[in-house]
Amino acid sequence: MADQFTISEVCICEAAKVWKDDGEILATGIGLLPRIAVGLAKKLHNPNLMMTDGEAFLIDQPHPLGVGAEPCVDGYMTYSRVFDVLWSGARHAMVTPTQIDKYAHLNISSIGNYAQPKVQLLGVRGFPGNSISHRNSIFIPNHSKKVFVEGSVDMVSSVGFDADGVEPLIGKVITNLGIFDYQGNKNTLRLLSIHSTSSLDEIRDNTGFDFEIFSTDETTNPTKDELDIIRNELDPNNLRSSVIGE
Amino acid sequence: MNKVITTNDFISKLEDGMTIGIGGWGARRKPMSLVREICRSNLKDLTLVSYGGPDIGLLSSCKKIRKLIFGFVSLDLIPLDSHFRNARQSGELPEVVEIDEGMLQWGLRAAGMNLPFLPTRVGIGTDVLKNNPHIKFVESPYDDKEKLVAMPAIKLDVALLHVNESDEKGNTLIFGPDPFFDDLFARAASNTFVSTEKLVDSTSFDKEKVANYNRFERNLVSGIIPDEGGAHPTACNPSYGIDLDHLKEYSKSAKTFDEYQEKYLFVDEATYKKNVGGIKSITSIPLTKF
Repeated sequence: MADQFTISEVCICEAAKVWKDDGEILATGIGLLPRIAVGLAKKLHNPNLMMTDGEAFLIDQPHPLGVGAEPCVDGYMTYSRVFDVLWSGARHAMVTPTQIDKYAHLNISSIGNYAQPKVQLLGVRGFPGNSISHRNSIFIPNHSKKVFVEGSVDMVSSVGFDADGVEPLIGKVITNLGIFDYQGNKNTLRLLSIHSTSSLDEIRDNTGFDFEIFSTDETTNPTKDELDIIRNELDPNNLRSSVIGE
Repeated sequence: MNKVITTNDFISKLEDGMTIGIGGWGARRKPMSLVREICRSNLKDLTLVSYGGPDIGLLSSCKKIRKLIFGFVSLDLIPLDSHFRNARQSGELPEVVEIDEGMLQWGLRAAGMNLPFLPTRVGIGTDVLKNNPHIKFVESPYDDKEKLVAMPAIKLDVALLHVNESDEKGNTLIFGPDPFFDDLFARAASNTFVSTEKLVDSTSFDKEKVANYNRFERNLVSGIIPDEGGAHPTACNPSYGIDLDHLKEYSKSAKTFDEYQEKYLFVDEATYKKNVGGIKSITSIPLTKF
Protein backbone atom coordinates (compact mmCIF):
# COMPACT_ATOMS: atom_id res chain seq x y z
CA MET A 1 0.00 0.00 0.00
CA ALA A 2 1.21 3.46 -0.88
CA ASP A 3 0.95 6.03 1.89
CA GLN A 4 0.35 9.11 -0.24
CA PHE A 5 -2.34 9.41 -2.87
CA THR A 6 -5.03 11.81 -4.00
CA ILE A 7 -8.80 11.41 -4.24
CA SER A 8 -8.49 11.56 -8.04
CA GLU A 9 -6.25 8.51 -7.84
CA VAL A 10 -8.69 6.74 -5.51
CA CYS A 11 -11.48 7.46 -8.00
CA ILE A 12 -9.44 6.23 -10.97
CA CYS A 13 -8.56 2.98 -9.20
CA GLU A 14 -12.16 2.32 -8.17
CA ALA A 15 -13.46 3.37 -11.61
CA ALA A 16 -11.10 0.93 -13.33
CA LYS A 17 -12.66 -1.97 -11.44
CA VAL A 18 -16.08 -1.47 -13.08
CA TRP A 19 -14.82 -3.15 -16.28
CA LYS A 20 -13.24 -6.08 -14.46
CA ASP A 21 -15.78 -8.76 -15.35
CA ASP A 22 -17.01 -7.35 -18.65
CA GLY A 23 -15.06 -9.68 -20.92
CA GLU A 24 -14.39 -8.66 -24.51
CA ILE A 25 -16.42 -5.47 -24.93
CA LEU A 26 -15.86 -1.84 -25.89
CA ALA A 27 -14.91 0.27 -22.86
CA THR A 28 -15.50 4.00 -23.24
CA GLY A 29 -14.39 6.51 -20.64
CA ILE A 30 -15.71 9.96 -21.46
CA GLY A 31 -13.69 12.67 -19.76
CA LEU A 32 -10.19 12.66 -18.37
CA LEU A 33 -10.52 10.50 -15.25
CA PRO A 34 -12.79 7.87 -16.84
CA ARG A 35 -10.35 7.69 -19.73
CA ILE A 36 -7.40 7.04 -17.43
CA ALA A 37 -9.57 4.50 -15.63
CA VAL A 38 -10.23 2.56 -18.85
CA GLY A 39 -6.48 2.41 -19.43
CA LEU A 40 -5.89 1.12 -15.92
CA ALA A 41 -8.68 -1.45 -16.34
CA LYS A 42 -7.10 -2.68 -19.56
CA LYS A 43 -3.63 -2.93 -18.01
CA LEU A 44 -4.62 -4.42 -14.67
CA HIS A 45 -8.09 -5.95 -14.59
CA ASN A 46 -9.28 -6.93 -18.06
CA PRO A 47 -6.77 -7.12 -20.93
CA ASN A 48 -9.54 -8.25 -23.30
CA LEU A 49 -11.23 -4.84 -23.30
CA MET A 50 -11.45 -2.95 -26.57
CA MET A 51 -10.68 0.76 -26.33
CA THR A 52 -10.46 3.63 -28.82
CA ASP A 53 -7.99 6.41 -29.46
CA GLY A 54 -10.81 8.95 -29.08
CA GLU A 55 -10.95 9.41 -32.83
CA ALA A 56 -11.62 6.44 -35.10
CA PHE A 57 -9.36 3.55 -34.19
CA LEU A 58 -9.17 0.73 -31.67
CA ILE A 59 -5.85 0.67 -29.85
CA ASP A 60 -4.01 -2.25 -28.38
CA GLN A 61 -2.66 -0.42 -25.34
CA PRO A 62 -3.64 2.87 -23.67
CA HIS A 63 -1.28 5.65 -24.61
CA PRO A 64 -0.09 8.26 -22.09
CA LEU A 65 -2.24 11.38 -21.99
CA GLY A 66 -0.93 14.67 -23.30
CA VAL A 67 2.43 13.47 -24.59
CA GLY A 68 1.43 12.92 -28.22
CA ALA A 69 2.46 9.28 -28.33
CA GLU A 70 1.41 7.24 -31.36
CA PRO A 71 -0.83 4.44 -30.17
CA CYS A 72 -0.63 0.94 -31.58
CA VAL A 73 -3.76 0.65 -33.72
CA ASP A 74 -5.34 -2.79 -33.93
CA GLY A 75 -8.82 -2.04 -35.22
CA TYR A 76 -11.23 0.52 -36.62
CA MET A 77 -14.05 2.21 -34.72
CA THR A 78 -15.74 5.08 -36.53
CA TYR A 79 -18.71 6.84 -34.93
CA SER A 80 -21.03 4.86 -37.17
CA ARG A 81 -19.51 1.62 -35.88
CA VAL A 82 -19.76 2.79 -32.28
CA PHE A 83 -23.54 2.82 -32.75
CA ASP A 84 -23.51 -0.65 -34.29
CA VAL A 85 -21.58 -1.89 -31.27
CA LEU A 86 -23.56 -0.08 -28.62
CA TRP A 87 -26.94 -1.21 -29.95
CA SER A 88 -25.68 -4.78 -29.61
CA GLY A 89 -24.95 -4.12 -25.94
CA ALA A 90 -21.22 -4.90 -26.15
CA ARG A 91 -20.10 -1.70 -24.46
CA HIS A 92 -19.69 -0.24 -20.98
CA ALA A 93 -19.27 3.52 -20.79
CA MET A 94 -18.37 5.81 -17.93
CA VAL A 95 -19.97 9.21 -18.22
CA THR A 96 -20.23 12.44 -16.24
CA PRO A 97 -23.74 13.89 -16.29
CA THR A 98 -24.44 17.42 -15.05
CA GLN A 99 -27.43 16.15 -13.05
CA ILE A 100 -28.52 12.75 -11.73
CA ASP A 101 -31.64 11.88 -9.72
CA LYS A 102 -33.09 9.11 -7.56
CA TYR A 103 -34.33 7.21 -10.64
CA ALA A 104 -30.81 7.34 -12.16
CA HIS A 105 -31.98 9.71 -14.87
CA LEU A 106 -28.99 11.59 -16.24
CA ASN A 107 -29.00 15.07 -17.77
CA ILE A 108 -26.39 16.46 -20.17
CA SER A 109 -28.83 18.55 -22.20
CA SER A 110 -29.85 21.72 -20.41
CA ILE A 111 -30.67 23.25 -17.03
CA GLY A 112 -33.88 25.13 -16.37
CA ASN A 113 -36.91 25.65 -18.56
CA TYR A 114 -36.45 23.63 -21.74
CA ALA A 115 -37.92 26.26 -24.07
CA GLN A 116 -35.33 28.79 -22.92
CA PRO A 117 -32.77 27.06 -20.72
CA LYS A 118 -30.90 28.87 -18.00
CA VAL A 119 -27.85 26.87 -19.01
CA GLN A 120 -27.55 25.11 -22.35
CA LEU A 121 -25.27 22.10 -22.15
CA LEU A 122 -24.14 19.62 -24.81
CA GLY A 123 -27.44 18.07 -25.92
CA VAL A 124 -28.54 14.49 -25.26
CA ARG A 125 -25.84 13.02 -27.54
CA GLY A 126 -26.21 9.21 -27.47
CA PHE A 127 -27.47 9.00 -23.86
CA PRO A 128 -31.03 7.84 -24.64
CA GLY A 129 -29.77 4.92 -26.71
CA ASN A 130 -26.80 4.14 -24.48
CA SER A 131 -29.02 3.91 -21.41
CA ILE A 132 -31.24 1.17 -22.87
CA SER A 133 -28.48 -0.68 -24.71
CA HIS A 134 -25.53 -1.18 -22.40
CA ARG A 135 -24.17 -0.65 -18.91
CA ASN A 136 -23.15 2.85 -17.90
CA SER A 137 -21.10 3.79 -14.87
CA ILE A 138 -20.95 7.33 -13.63
CA PHE A 139 -18.15 9.57 -12.45
CA ILE A 140 -19.00 12.76 -10.57
CA PRO A 141 -16.06 15.04 -9.67
CA ASN A 142 -18.20 17.52 -7.72
CA HIS A 143 -20.70 15.60 -5.55
CA SER A 144 -23.30 18.18 -4.53
CA LYS A 145 -27.04 18.82 -4.47
CA LYS A 146 -26.65 20.61 -7.78
CA VAL A 147 -25.62 17.28 -9.29
CA PHE A 148 -27.57 14.80 -7.12
CA VAL A 149 -30.78 16.79 -7.46
CA GLU A 150 -33.92 16.71 -5.39
CA GLY A 151 -36.86 15.65 -7.57
CA SER A 152 -36.17 15.04 -11.24
CA VAL A 153 -33.30 16.16 -13.44
CA ASP A 154 -34.29 19.11 -15.67
CA MET A 155 -34.04 17.23 -18.97
CA VAL A 156 -34.25 13.44 -18.81
CA SER A 157 -31.50 12.43 -21.24
CA SER A 158 -31.42 8.75 -20.31
CA VAL A 159 -33.83 6.09 -19.14
CA GLY A 160 -34.44 5.79 -15.40
CA PHE A 161 -35.82 3.10 -13.11
CA ASP A 162 -39.30 4.63 -13.33
CA ALA A 163 -39.64 3.91 -17.08
CA ASP A 164 -42.25 1.57 -18.55
CA GLY A 165 -40.86 -1.60 -20.09
CA VAL A 166 -37.22 -0.50 -20.23
CA GLU A 167 -34.64 -0.30 -17.49
CA PRO A 168 -31.21 1.28 -17.35
CA LEU A 169 -28.11 -0.77 -16.61
CA ILE A 170 -26.21 1.32 -14.09
CA GLY A 171 -22.81 0.14 -12.92
CA LYS A 172 -21.01 2.05 -10.19
CA VAL A 173 -21.40 5.70 -9.30
CA ILE A 174 -18.02 7.05 -8.29
CA THR A 175 -17.81 10.53 -6.83
CA ASN A 176 -15.23 12.68 -5.09
CA LEU A 177 -16.91 11.70 -1.81
CA GLY A 178 -17.68 8.00 -2.11
CA ILE A 179 -18.73 4.97 -4.14
CA PHE A 180 -22.36 4.04 -4.86
CA ASP A 181 -24.55 1.84 -7.00
CA TYR A 182 -28.29 1.71 -7.70
CA GLN A 183 -28.75 -1.76 -6.20
CA GLY A 184 -30.71 -0.65 -3.14
CA ASN A 185 -34.31 -1.71 -2.56
CA LYS A 186 -36.30 -0.86 -5.74
CA ASN A 187 -33.13 0.45 -7.33
CA THR A 188 -32.43 3.12 -4.77
CA LEU A 189 -29.01 4.76 -4.76
CA ARG A 190 -26.86 2.87 -2.28
CA LEU A 191 -23.66 3.92 -0.53
CA LEU A 192 -20.86 1.32 -0.77
CA SER A 193 -17.92 3.19 0.74
CA ILE A 194 -16.75 6.62 1.83
CA HIS A 195 -13.43 8.17 0.78
CA SER A 196 -10.97 8.86 3.61
CA THR A 197 -11.36 12.62 3.12
CA SER A 198 -15.16 12.57 3.43
CA SER A 199 -17.86 11.49 5.86
CA LEU A 200 -21.43 10.20 5.89
CA ASP A 201 -22.62 13.62 7.02
CA GLU A 202 -20.87 15.33 4.16
CA ILE A 203 -22.40 12.89 1.68
CA ARG A 204 -25.89 13.39 3.17
CA ASP A 205 -25.50 17.18 3.08
CA ASN A 206 -24.55 17.05 -0.58
CA THR A 207 -27.12 14.58 -1.93
CA GLY A 208 -30.56 15.89 -2.83
CA PHE A 209 -32.41 12.62 -2.21
CA ASP A 210 -32.43 9.68 0.19
CA PHE A 211 -30.02 6.81 -0.34
CA GLU A 212 -29.48 3.46 1.32
CA ILE A 213 -26.37 2.60 3.22
CA PHE A 214 -24.79 -0.75 2.39
CA SER A 215 -21.50 0.12 4.03
CA THR A 216 -19.76 3.13 5.53
CA ASP A 217 -16.33 1.52 5.20
CA GLU A 218 -13.49 3.60 3.90
CA THR A 219 -12.91 3.25 0.17
CA THR A 220 -10.06 0.86 -0.65
CA ASN A 221 -6.70 2.59 -0.88
CA PRO A 222 -4.86 2.44 -4.20
CA THR A 223 -2.11 -0.15 -4.39
CA LYS A 224 1.46 0.68 -5.35
CA ASP A 225 0.91 -1.16 -8.64
CA GLU A 226 -2.13 0.92 -9.50
CA LEU A 227 -0.40 4.18 -8.60
CA ASP A 228 2.73 3.30 -10.57
CA ILE A 229 0.71 2.64 -13.72
CA ILE A 230 -1.34 5.82 -13.34
CA ARG A 231 1.64 8.05 -12.53
CA ASN A 232 4.28 6.60 -14.82
CA GLU A 233 2.37 5.17 -17.74
CA LEU A 234 -1.11 6.62 -18.15
CA ASP A 235 -0.89 10.20 -16.92
CA PRO A 236 2.77 11.20 -16.49
CA ASN A 237 1.92 14.92 -16.64
CA ASN A 238 -0.58 14.65 -13.78
CA LEU A 239 -3.46 16.07 -15.82
CA ARG A 240 -5.73 14.23 -13.38
CA SER A 241 -4.94 16.73 -10.64
CA SER A 242 -7.07 19.39 -12.35
CA VAL A 243 -10.32 17.40 -12.29
CA ILE A 244 -11.21 17.34 -8.60
CA GLY A 245 -10.41 20.44 -6.58
CA GLU A 246 -8.36 18.97 -3.74
CA MET B 1 -19.68 16.44 -67.15
CA ASN B 2 -18.47 19.33 -65.04
CA LYS B 3 -20.13 20.07 -61.70
CA VAL B 4 -17.62 22.68 -60.55
CA ILE B 5 -19.45 25.82 -59.47
CA THR B 6 -18.61 29.13 -57.79
CA THR B 7 -19.74 30.07 -54.30
CA ASN B 8 -22.20 32.52 -55.87
CA ASP B 9 -23.70 29.68 -57.93
CA PHE B 10 -23.92 27.66 -54.73
CA ILE B 11 -25.77 30.36 -52.80
CA SER B 12 -28.14 30.91 -55.74
CA LYS B 13 -29.29 27.28 -55.44
CA LEU B 14 -30.48 27.80 -51.86
CA GLU B 15 -33.80 29.28 -50.79
CA ASP B 16 -35.32 30.67 -47.61
CA GLY B 17 -36.90 27.99 -45.45
CA MET B 18 -34.91 25.09 -46.87
CA THR B 19 -33.84 22.07 -44.79
CA ILE B 20 -30.06 21.85 -44.91
CA GLY B 21 -27.94 19.00 -43.54
CA ILE B 22 -24.30 19.67 -42.71
CA GLY B 23 -21.76 16.83 -42.71
CA GLY B 24 -18.72 16.40 -40.50
CA TRP B 25 -18.88 16.01 -36.74
CA GLY B 26 -18.33 18.59 -33.98
CA ALA B 27 -15.16 20.47 -34.93
CA ARG B 28 -14.13 17.92 -37.55
CA ARG B 29 -14.35 18.24 -41.34
CA LYS B 30 -17.17 20.76 -41.45
CA PRO B 31 -17.84 22.57 -44.75
CA MET B 32 -17.19 25.87 -42.95
CA SER B 33 -16.58 28.04 -46.02
CA LEU B 34 -20.03 27.07 -47.35
CA VAL B 35 -21.47 27.82 -43.90
CA ARG B 36 -19.78 31.22 -43.93
CA GLU B 37 -21.26 31.91 -47.38
CA ILE B 38 -24.72 31.24 -45.94
CA CYS B 39 -23.88 33.64 -43.10
CA ARG B 40 -22.92 36.28 -45.70
CA SER B 41 -26.12 35.75 -47.71
CA ASN B 42 -29.67 37.01 -47.19
CA LEU B 43 -30.98 33.49 -46.66
CA LYS B 44 -33.25 33.04 -43.65
CA ASP B 45 -35.60 30.68 -41.78
CA LEU B 46 -33.48 27.60 -42.43
CA THR B 47 -33.96 24.20 -40.84
CA LEU B 48 -30.51 22.83 -39.97
CA VAL B 49 -29.59 19.20 -39.37
CA SER B 50 -26.13 18.54 -37.94
CA TYR B 51 -23.81 16.63 -35.65
CA GLY B 52 -23.21 20.15 -34.46
CA GLY B 53 -20.04 22.17 -34.18
CA PRO B 54 -19.14 25.76 -35.03
CA ASP B 55 -21.36 25.47 -38.12
CA ILE B 56 -24.39 25.60 -35.85
CA GLY B 57 -22.85 28.23 -33.58
CA LEU B 58 -22.13 30.61 -36.46
CA LEU B 59 -25.52 30.12 -38.09
CA SER B 60 -27.16 30.67 -34.68
CA SER B 61 -25.38 33.95 -34.08
CA CYS B 62 -26.18 35.04 -37.66
CA LYS B 63 -29.85 34.25 -36.93
CA LYS B 64 -30.22 31.99 -39.95
CA ILE B 65 -31.87 29.11 -38.10
CA ARG B 66 -35.61 28.72 -37.67
CA LYS B 67 -35.38 25.11 -36.55
CA LEU B 68 -32.45 22.96 -35.46
CA ILE B 69 -32.47 19.15 -35.57
CA PHE B 70 -29.50 17.95 -33.52
CA GLY B 71 -28.08 15.56 -30.93
CA PHE B 72 -25.35 17.84 -29.60
CA VAL B 73 -23.35 20.95 -30.38
CA SER B 74 -19.68 20.81 -29.38
CA LEU B 75 -16.32 22.23 -30.41
CA ASP B 76 -14.55 19.00 -29.38
CA LEU B 77 -11.52 20.51 -27.66
CA ILE B 78 -13.86 23.09 -26.14
CA PRO B 79 -16.82 21.02 -24.95
CA LEU B 80 -19.59 23.59 -25.45
CA ASP B 81 -20.28 26.13 -28.21
CA SER B 82 -20.87 29.60 -26.73
CA HIS B 83 -22.81 30.87 -29.75
CA PHE B 84 -25.29 28.02 -29.70
CA ARG B 85 -25.64 28.39 -25.92
CA ASN B 86 -26.34 32.10 -26.28
CA ALA B 87 -29.00 31.44 -28.87
CA ARG B 88 -30.74 28.87 -26.67
CA GLN B 89 -30.39 30.81 -23.42
CA SER B 90 -31.67 34.04 -24.94
CA GLY B 91 -34.59 32.22 -26.56
CA GLU B 92 -33.48 33.35 -30.01
CA LEU B 93 -33.50 29.89 -31.54
CA PRO B 94 -37.18 29.47 -32.45
CA GLU B 95 -37.42 25.68 -32.52
CA VAL B 96 -35.22 22.74 -31.56
CA VAL B 97 -35.65 19.04 -32.25
CA GLU B 98 -33.13 17.54 -29.84
CA ILE B 99 -32.78 13.80 -30.44
CA ASP B 100 -30.34 10.98 -29.72
CA GLU B 101 -27.46 10.85 -32.21
CA GLY B 102 -28.59 7.38 -33.21
CA MET B 103 -32.09 8.68 -33.95
CA LEU B 104 -30.50 11.36 -36.13
CA GLN B 105 -28.64 8.61 -37.98
CA TRP B 106 -31.88 6.62 -38.33
CA GLY B 107 -33.80 9.66 -39.63
CA LEU B 108 -31.19 10.36 -42.31
CA ARG B 109 -30.98 6.68 -43.19
CA ALA B 110 -34.77 6.42 -43.55
CA ALA B 111 -34.76 9.43 -45.88
CA GLY B 112 -31.99 7.88 -47.97
CA MET B 113 -33.91 4.61 -48.17
CA ASN B 114 -37.16 6.36 -49.16
CA LEU B 115 -38.86 5.04 -46.04
CA PRO B 116 -41.27 7.08 -43.88
CA PHE B 117 -39.52 5.93 -40.70
CA LEU B 118 -37.21 3.37 -39.15
CA PRO B 119 -38.07 1.60 -35.91
CA THR B 120 -35.88 1.86 -32.83
CA ARG B 121 -36.09 1.65 -29.05
CA VAL B 122 -33.95 4.74 -28.69
CA GLY B 123 -35.72 7.66 -27.06
CA ILE B 124 -38.10 5.59 -24.95
CA GLY B 125 -38.27 6.73 -21.34
CA THR B 126 -36.58 10.08 -21.99
CA ASP B 127 -37.62 13.69 -22.49
CA VAL B 128 -36.59 13.38 -26.15
CA LEU B 129 -40.04 11.97 -26.83
CA LYS B 130 -41.78 14.31 -24.39
CA ASN B 131 -40.25 17.33 -26.12
CA ASN B 132 -40.93 15.97 -29.62
CA PRO B 133 -44.55 14.79 -29.66
CA HIS B 134 -44.39 14.59 -33.46
CA ILE B 135 -42.29 11.42 -33.05
CA LYS B 136 -44.77 8.55 -32.83
CA PHE B 137 -44.70 4.88 -31.86
CA VAL B 138 -45.27 1.80 -33.96
CA GLU B 139 -46.16 -1.73 -32.81
CA SER B 140 -44.20 -4.68 -34.09
CA PRO B 141 -46.52 -6.73 -36.34
CA TYR B 142 -44.78 -9.91 -35.16
CA ASP B 143 -45.47 -12.05 -32.11
CA ASP B 144 -43.38 -9.85 -29.84
CA LYS B 145 -45.83 -6.91 -30.39
CA GLU B 146 -43.12 -4.61 -29.08
CA LYS B 147 -43.89 -0.92 -28.98
CA LEU B 148 -41.12 0.89 -30.83
CA VAL B 149 -40.27 4.47 -31.70
CA ALA B 150 -40.96 5.22 -35.39
CA MET B 151 -38.12 7.62 -36.10
CA PRO B 152 -39.39 9.74 -39.01
CA ALA B 153 -37.26 10.26 -42.11
CA ILE B 154 -35.28 13.50 -42.08
CA LYS B 155 -35.51 14.57 -45.71
CA LEU B 156 -33.04 17.24 -46.70
CA ASP B 157 -33.35 19.77 -49.49
CA VAL B 158 -29.62 20.20 -49.46
CA ALA B 159 -26.57 18.52 -47.89
CA LEU B 160 -23.26 20.36 -47.46
CA LEU B 161 -20.08 18.30 -47.17
CA HIS B 162 -16.33 18.90 -47.18
CA VAL B 163 -13.95 16.34 -48.70
CA ASN B 164 -10.23 15.98 -49.37
CA GLU B 165 -10.35 15.43 -53.12
CA SER B 166 -12.91 15.54 -55.88
CA ASP B 167 -12.90 15.42 -59.64
CA GLU B 168 -15.17 17.59 -61.82
CA LYS B 169 -17.79 14.87 -61.98
CA GLY B 170 -18.24 14.65 -58.20
CA ASN B 171 -16.20 11.54 -57.50
CA THR B 172 -15.00 12.39 -54.00
CA LEU B 173 -12.41 11.00 -51.61
CA ILE B 174 -12.45 11.43 -47.82
CA PHE B 175 -9.04 10.59 -46.34
CA GLY B 176 -9.88 11.55 -42.75
CA PRO B 177 -9.93 8.66 -40.29
CA ASP B 178 -13.71 8.87 -39.83
CA PRO B 179 -16.10 9.46 -42.74
CA PHE B 180 -18.75 10.29 -40.10
CA PHE B 181 -22.29 10.23 -41.53
CA ASP B 182 -21.57 12.20 -44.70
CA ASP B 183 -22.86 9.41 -46.95
CA LEU B 184 -26.19 9.42 -45.11
CA PHE B 185 -26.50 13.20 -45.51
CA ALA B 186 -25.82 12.87 -49.25
CA ARG B 187 -28.44 10.12 -49.61
CA ALA B 188 -31.05 12.01 -47.57
CA ALA B 189 -30.72 15.17 -49.70
CA SER B 190 -32.25 16.25 -52.99
CA ASN B 191 -29.02 18.10 -53.76
CA THR B 192 -25.54 17.77 -52.27
CA PHE B 193 -22.91 20.48 -52.52
CA VAL B 194 -19.35 19.49 -51.74
CA SER B 195 -16.40 21.74 -51.01
CA THR B 196 -13.08 20.06 -51.68
CA GLU B 197 -9.51 20.68 -50.54
CA LYS B 198 -8.27 19.71 -53.99
CA LEU B 199 -9.87 19.49 -57.40
CA VAL B 200 -8.12 16.62 -59.15
CA ASP B 201 -8.29 14.62 -62.32
CA SER B 202 -9.79 11.28 -61.36
CA THR B 203 -7.27 9.51 -63.58
CA SER B 204 -4.79 10.48 -60.83
CA PHE B 205 -6.86 8.67 -58.16
CA ASP B 206 -4.95 5.92 -56.46
CA LYS B 207 -7.03 2.89 -57.42
CA GLU B 208 -6.35 1.09 -54.17
CA LYS B 209 -7.49 4.10 -52.19
CA VAL B 210 -10.66 4.78 -54.16
CA ALA B 211 -12.28 1.65 -52.83
CA ASN B 212 -11.95 2.77 -49.24
CA TYR B 213 -12.14 6.53 -49.50
CA ASN B 214 -14.92 7.12 -52.06
CA ARG B 215 -17.81 7.08 -49.58
CA PHE B 216 -20.78 7.92 -51.81
CA GLU B 217 -21.57 7.98 -55.52
CA ARG B 218 -21.08 10.97 -57.78
CA ASN B 219 -24.71 10.93 -58.92
CA LEU B 220 -25.57 12.26 -55.46
CA VAL B 221 -23.34 15.31 -55.98
CA SER B 222 -24.87 18.42 -57.59
CA GLY B 223 -22.04 20.89 -57.23
CA ILE B 224 -18.33 20.97 -56.40
CA ILE B 225 -16.71 24.04 -54.87
CA PRO B 226 -12.88 23.80 -54.81
CA ASP B 227 -11.68 25.36 -51.57
CA GLU B 228 -8.39 24.52 -49.90
CA GLY B 229 -8.71 25.24 -46.18
CA GLY B 230 -12.51 25.24 -46.50
CA ALA B 231 -13.00 23.31 -43.26
CA HIS B 232 -11.11 25.87 -41.15
CA PRO B 233 -11.35 26.32 -38.16
CA THR B 234 -12.43 22.66 -37.99
CA ALA B 235 -10.06 19.80 -38.79
CA CYS B 236 -9.53 18.25 -42.21
CA ASN B 237 -7.20 15.28 -41.71
CA PRO B 238 -4.62 14.60 -42.97
CA SER B 239 -4.14 18.20 -44.18
CA TYR B 240 -4.74 20.14 -40.95
CA GLY B 241 -6.09 19.83 -37.41
CA ILE B 242 -8.55 21.90 -35.39
CA ASP B 243 -7.48 25.57 -35.04
CA LEU B 244 -7.88 25.80 -31.28
CA ASP B 245 -6.68 29.42 -31.12
CA HIS B 246 -9.32 30.44 -33.63
CA LEU B 247 -12.01 28.48 -31.80
CA LYS B 248 -11.06 30.35 -28.61
CA GLU B 249 -11.41 33.68 -30.44
CA TYR B 250 -14.70 32.47 -31.91
CA SER B 251 -15.94 31.35 -28.48
CA LYS B 252 -15.14 34.72 -26.92
CA SER B 253 -16.98 36.48 -29.74
CA ALA B 254 -20.39 35.12 -28.74
CA LYS B 255 -20.98 38.28 -26.71
CA THR B 256 -19.15 40.70 -29.00
CA PHE B 257 -20.06 39.16 -32.31
CA ASP B 258 -19.77 42.42 -34.32
CA GLU B 259 -16.01 42.36 -34.17
CA TYR B 260 -15.81 38.72 -35.31
CA GLN B 261 -18.31 39.37 -38.11
CA GLU B 262 -16.39 42.40 -39.27
CA LYS B 263 -13.15 40.45 -39.48
CA TYR B 264 -14.36 37.10 -40.78
CA LEU B 265 -17.90 37.29 -42.19
CA PHE B 266 -18.32 40.77 -43.68
CA VAL B 267 -15.37 39.90 -45.95
CA ASP B 268 -15.15 37.42 -48.80
CA GLU B 269 -13.70 33.94 -48.31
CA ALA B 270 -10.30 34.89 -49.76
CA THR B 271 -10.01 37.70 -47.22
CA TYR B 272 -11.17 35.33 -44.47
CA LYS B 273 -8.30 33.00 -45.28
CA LYS B 274 -5.90 35.94 -45.27
CA ASN B 275 -7.27 37.18 -41.93
CA VAL B 276 -6.70 33.80 -40.27
CA GLY B 277 -3.07 33.79 -41.41
CA GLY B 278 -3.24 32.49 -44.96
CA ILE B 279 -3.64 29.04 -46.46
CA LYS B 280 -0.10 28.00 -45.53
CA SER B 281 -0.80 28.74 -41.90
CA ILE B 282 -4.05 26.73 -42.07
CA THR B 283 -2.40 23.70 -43.64
CA SER B 284 0.39 23.81 -41.05
CA ILE B 285 -1.99 23.42 -38.10
CA PRO B 286 -0.89 20.12 -36.53
CA LEU B 287 -3.36 17.24 -36.52
CA THR B 288 -5.43 17.16 -33.36
CA LYS B 289 -4.72 14.47 -30.76
CA PHE B 290 -7.85 13.31 -28.99
